[in-house]
Amino acid sequence: MKQQIYLDNAATTRTRPEVVEAMLPYFTEYYGNPSSVYDFSAPVKEAVQKARETIASTIGARTEEIYFTAGGTEADNWAIKAAAEAYRDKGNHIITSKVEHHAVLHTCQYLEKHGFEVTYLDVDETGTVKLEELKKAIRPTTILITIMFANNEIGTIEPVKEIGEIAKEHGILFHTDAVQAYGHLPIHVDDLNIGMLSASGHKINGPKGIGFLYIRKGVKIRSFVHGGAQERKRRAGTENVPAIIGFGKAAEMAAGSMEERAIKEARLRDYLISRVMAEIPYVRVNGHRTRRLPNNVNLAFQFIEGESLLILLDSKGICGSSGSACTSGSLDPSHVLLAIGLPHEIAHGSLRLTLSEENTKEEMDYVVDTIKTVVERLRNMSPLYEDFMKNK
Amino acid sequence: MYTEKVMDHFEHPRNVGEIDNPSGMGTVGNAKCGDIMRIYLDIDENQIIRDVKFKTFGCGAAVATSSMATELVKGKSVQEAMKVTNKAVMEALDGLPPVKVHCSLLAEEAIHAALWDYAQKNGIEIEGLVQPKSDISEHEEEEEY
Repeated sequence: MKQQIYLDNAATTRTRPEVVEAMLPYFTEYYGNPSSVYDFSAPVKEAVQKARETIASTIGARTEEIYFTAGGTEADNWAIKAAAEAYRDKGNHIITSKVEHHAVLHTCQYLEKHGFEVTYLDVDETGTVKLEELKKAIRPTTILITIMFANNEIGTIEPVKEIGEIAKEHGILFHTDAVQAYGHLPIHVDDLNIGMLSASGHKINGPKGIGFLYIRKGVKIRSFVHGGAQERKRRAGTENVPAIIGFGKAAEMAAGSMEERAIKEARLRDYLISRVMAEIPYVRVNGHRTRRLPNNVNLAFQFIEGESLLILLDSKGICGSSGSACTSGSLDPSHVLLAIGLPHEIAHGSLRLTLSEENTKEEMDYVVDTIKTVVERLRNMSPLYEDFMKNK
Repeated sequence: MYTEKVMDHFEHPRNVGEIDNPSGMGTVGNAKCGDIMRIYLDIDENQIIRDVKFKTFGCGAAVATSSMATELVKGKSVQEAMKVTNKAVMEALDGLPPVKVHCSLLAEEAIHAALWDYAQKNGIEIEGLVQPKSDISEHEEEEEY
């Protein structure tokens, strides 16, 4: 079997065996509906409550402030659309950034078609939101600030604490899409003045199809899915019990190993980056060098295109991702790479590698050696490289 | 995503390189969109394409279509080379995903651009050949950097 090195943990992660094990009894043994009154359902109801408690404790929230959803995207949609609706009598202005995930950006664009005004804040060359611009963007009609905790493409960690303070000063609700940060970075909703927070299970070795929205007590937000009384009537529908149990287990394990994991991943990350920078010319690191997710590497190789790079890496057993147009299905490269000021042709040559604690230094060596060969090969067939070398 | 033939031509591209003092050279595409193809032709006095080389910046499909296009025109007369359409290139590759069809158009345009350059240099007319429109200007490229 060919060697397989999975470096796309920002896309999804391997479900931990312990998580699967925790989930299994809730398919065949404890399959009762948590809403039912008989004793058979009591342990199910209790287990769901336990998972909710565990998750609440990981972000310093109260148990009743955690609402399970079908994932991070749903949580983002709910937070933004429902807040817009709930606070419409106060105003119609929302502030977000240009580097958000599409779950936030497209939701904001949808609201713009329905009478809301949205400010998309610029970021600096590291992808960090400019706080002065945020302050300037606030209007009397601003009802929501939604800015991500950490960027999914370039790994930059946003100044969430400062944003939370600004939001609090102005009495504006602050939502953060923490899908890439939850379970990877310490988060305390009170310290950071977070009003709502979205997270996802499958980014932290939990199951897919489960996420949560934290809604601070007192935040006026309507139900998103109407129906039964589940999730305090705000998100109806029978609970995805096995996934909730799995998410609880994954959250507990992620919280327990966070510090150790971050150190290990950051060490591998920095080793990979430093080898690439030392051994491959005409490459840049995208995103903030230190205020960065511990497992994120994002590089832009000049003169080559990302999709061809990905396919050749795949043929050598390496799974990565790219912000090139060819991988996004449009002619434009990633909006994040453009927002940090990369010219189109350099953004086309981007490569994102997101590590896990399971990766090793030997794997990083193999990856760097392979990237070197593949980049050289693609440059040798690139007319841009040919012109560059001739004009040098 | 890609057929075996596309993968073969991407992983083992034919005729990659440059030709010194080519009879004709054409560059098409745009770095902004993520595709640039350059074709070099060496054409003999009987208007037969003796040799052809290419360089491409682009995705797997762009590289594969360039490679296949060079195979299809090599050894042909300039008139026969005019018949190498994007459709012919796609068929020879057993098809391309719908989002990649523009890559095959680029391959056809690159050949036409190189033939145009040859025709201009030699003051001849090639039946059916019109001045290519998507030739990238140096100006545009410089602006990007």
